[in-house]
Amino acid sequence: MKLKTLGALALTATFGATAAMAELVIPDLSYRTGAYAAGGTPFSDGYQDYFNLLNARDGGIGGEPIRIVECETGYNTEAGVECYESTKGEGALVYQPLSTGITYQLIPRATADGIPLHTMGYGRTSAADGETFNWVFNYPANYWDAASVMINYLLDQNGGSLEGKNITLLFHNSAYGKEPIATLNALAEMHGFNFSELAVDHPGQEQTAQWLQIRRERPDYVLMWGWGVMNQVAVQEAANIGYPMDQFIGNWWAGAEHDVTPAGAAADGYLSLNMNRVGDMPVLAEMQSMVVDAGMGAGDGSNVGSVLYIRGMYAAMLAAEAIAKAQEIHGVSDITPAMMRDGMEALDITEARMEELGMPLVGPAFSVSCQDHGGSGLGIVQRWDAAAGVFVALTDYIAPDDSVTGPLIAEDAAAFAAENNITPGCM
Amino acid sequence: MSSEFLYGIEVIINGLMAGVLYALVALGFVLIYKASGIFNYSQGVMALFAALTLVGIMEGQVPFSHLINAIFGTELHHFGWEVPAFLAIALTVVVMVIFAWLVQRFVFRHLVGQEPIILFMATIGLAYFLEGVGDLMWGSEIKTIALGLPQGNARWLEDVTSALGDDTFYGFFVRQLDIVAALVAMVLVTALIVFAQYTKQGRAMRAVADDHQAALSVGISLNFIWVLVWSLAGVVALVAGVMWGAKSGVQFSLSLIALKALPVLMLGGFTSIPGAIIGGLIIGVGEQLFEYTIGGPFLGGATENWFAYMLALLFLVFRPQGLFGEKIIERV
Repeated sequence: MKLKTLGALALTATFGATAAMAELVIPDLSYRTGAYAAGGTPFSDGYQDYFNLLNARDGGIGGEPIRIVECETGYNTEAGVECYESTKGEGALVYQPLSTGITYQLIPRATADGIPLHTMGYGRTSAADGETFNWVFNYPANYWDAASVMINYLLDQNGGSLEGKNITLLFHNSAYGKEPIATLNALAEMHGFNFSELAVDHPGQEQTAQWLQIRRERPDYVLMWGWGVMNQVAVQEAANIGYPMDQFIGNWWAGAEHDVTPAGAAADGYLSLNMNRVGDMPVLAEMQSMVVDAGMGAGDGSNVGSVLYIRGMYAAMLAAEAIAKAQEIHGVSDITPAMMRDGMEALDITEARMEELGMPLVGPAFSVSCQDHGGSGLGIVQRWDAAAGVFVALTDYIAPDDSVTGPLIAEDAAAFAAENNITPGCM
Repeated sequence: MSSEFLYGIEVIINGLMAGVLYALVALGFVLIYKASGIFNYSQGVMALFAALTLVGIMEGQVPFSHLINAIFGTELHHFGWEVPAFLAIALTVVVMVIFAWLVQRFVFRHLVGQEPIILFMATIGLAYFLEGVGDLMWGSEIKTIALGLPQGNARWLEDVTSALGDDTFYGFFVRQLDIVAALVAMVLVTALIVFAQYTKQGRAMRAVADDHQAALSVGISLNFIWVLVWSLAGVVALVAGVMWGAKSGVQFSLSLIALKALPVLMLGGFTSIPGAIIGGLIIGVGEQLFEYTIGGPFLGGATENWFAYMLALLFLVFRPQGLFGEKIIERV
C-alpha cells in the first residue's frame, strides 16, 4: 500500500512537473556551415532572436515559454531529414525546412506524422492548394507568384505592354531554378514578350558562356533564379559585360547583401524581389536591446537588420501569430502540432497587427484558409544602393496575376493528389 | 568576317582564360601527387583556407573570435588595424607553410607505407577538418578580396576589335581579371620550373618524385621534401583562391573549384606541370565551344561541367596516363 502511494505520488509529481514545464517547441533547421552559410546564418539569427524576444518580453506566447531546438543541416537534404527525425519527438510544432530539397523529402513524412511545414517562399509551389497539402503552408508567396510579380513590375515600367520585348531567365539548373519557367511561358504568351532560358550548372562559379550569350543577344531584361555563389558571380558578370543593373532582377533568394557586396560599386542599382519589407522597424530596436545586447542572441548581432535577418524574424512572427491563433481556437496554451495546423489555417495578418507588433508593413496583409495555404503572393522590388550598403524598397507590394498562377497550382496539385492517392478536402 | 565566326573566336579566347583558372587549381594537385603519390582531395579547401586567411589578415580580423567570445564572453572581432597586401600575402604563405608542416607531422608521417587509398581517405578527412577550422577561424560570411585586382571588360580590346565585324559584332569581350590571372599563372609556372630545375631543393624534390628509395639512399630527407611540396601546393592554392575569390567573393563554395580540376588532371596527367596547363586550356576551350555550338542551341545549355568530364574520359580511353602523364608499366 505504501509503495502504491509512493508510486502514485511519483507519477503525480512527474506529470505535474511536465505540465508546469510545458513548452512550445520550435525546431530551427539552420545551415550555419558549408557553402550556403552566408545565407543561412542571418535567417536563423532573425528566426531565433524573435522567439527569444517573445520569451524575454512576454514570457513566451500565451504564458508558455518557447524552446528553440536548433539542428544544423549544412543545407544538405539528408542532414535535413535526419534533423527532422531527431527533433520531431520533442513535440515540434512547425518546421521551416529552409530548403526546397529538404521540403520535398519532408512533405510525405510531416503529412504522415501530423506536423505542419511552413515553406515560406520556397519548396513545392502547389502546396498553396490547402485541400491537397493539408499539412504544408507556403504563405505569404511562392515562386510562381514571384515570376508573375516580376512581369507585373516590368509591365508597369513599360507602359503596360511587353509586346516584342526580349526577357531571359538565368536560372540555377535544378528543380528550384526551373520553378518559374512554366509561369513565365504562360505570361509570355499572354503579354507577347519573347522568353528565353539560360541554365547555369551548380554551383555557378563559372558563367562565361551564359554571359557571353547575354552580351551577344542583349535581352531587354534578365530575370534570375539563383542561389549561393551563382548570385555573386552573376552580379559580377553583369557588371563585367556592362549589362544595365536596372534591367537585371533577381528573385528573393538572390537579393541579400552578400549577393551584391563582392561586386562592390559595380552592383549599384541591382534589382531584386522581396517577399518582405526591409529597413528600420521598432521591433529591431527591441531585439537589439532585449536579446542581442542582453547576450541572448542566436548570433553575434552583426546580422541585425539585414535582408535575411528580417526575413527570419518575419517567419518567426508568422509562426508566433499562428501559435496564438491556435491557443485562441482551442482554449489551451500548451498546443499540439495538430492545433498549430489549425492556427496556421486560420491565420489573419492585418496591417494593424503588424503595426502593433512593431513591424509595420513588414509583409503584405493576408489571410490563410483551408483552400488557400499560399497567402496573397505579393512582393516588392528592391534596389541595391552600393554606397549606403543597403537594399531600398523601390515599389509598394505588387500583386501577382492569379489568373495565371491559380490554374497552374490547381493542375500541379491535382497531379500530386492523383499520384499519391489523396482525396482533396479540408481536415 | 561574319559575327558568328568572330563570336566563335571570342568563345575560344574566353575558354582559354577559363582554362588558365582551372590549371591554377590543377597545379596544386600535380605538385603533391608527383612528389608523394597522394591525390590531395583537400586542394580545393586549401585554396579556400588560404584566401580566407589572406582576407582575415588584411582586415585585421581576430582568428577564432567567435569561439573566444563564446567561451570568455568577450567582444573581440578586430585588432583595429589593417595589414598591407604584400605583408598579408607573406604572412599567409607562412600560415600555409605551418599548415604543411602540421599535415606532415601529424597525418602523413603516421601513414608512411600505407596503401594510396588510405592516403586519399586521409586527405578527405583533412578537407573536412580544414573547412571546419577555416569556418571557426575566420567565420562563414562572404568576404571581398581588396587586392585591387582589375574587374570588368578589357575595353581597349573591345574597341580595337569591334571594327572587325558588322554592326552585330561588339568587339571581343575579355575580363581584365582573366588577363591578370593568365599573367600570374605564367609567372607561377615559370617560377616552379626554375625552382625544380635550378635549385638544390628543387632537384631533391624531383629526385623524390622519381624514386623515393633512391632519394633516401643519397640522404634526401623525405619529410623535408614533403613539407616543401605541401608548402608549394599551399602557395598555388593561395593564388587560385585569390583569383577565384576575386570573381565571386571568398566563400565556402570556393572549395568546390577542385571539381573543375579533376577533368584537367585526367586529361593532362597527374604528374605533369605542363600537362596541367595544357589540360586546363583544352578543357576550358572544349567546354566553352561545346556549349556555344551544341550545348546551348540543342541541349538546353549548362553542359560545361559534364562535357569537361566527357572530354577527359575520351582522352582516358586512348591514353590512360593522360596527355603528359608518365606511362603506366606494370611488370609481373
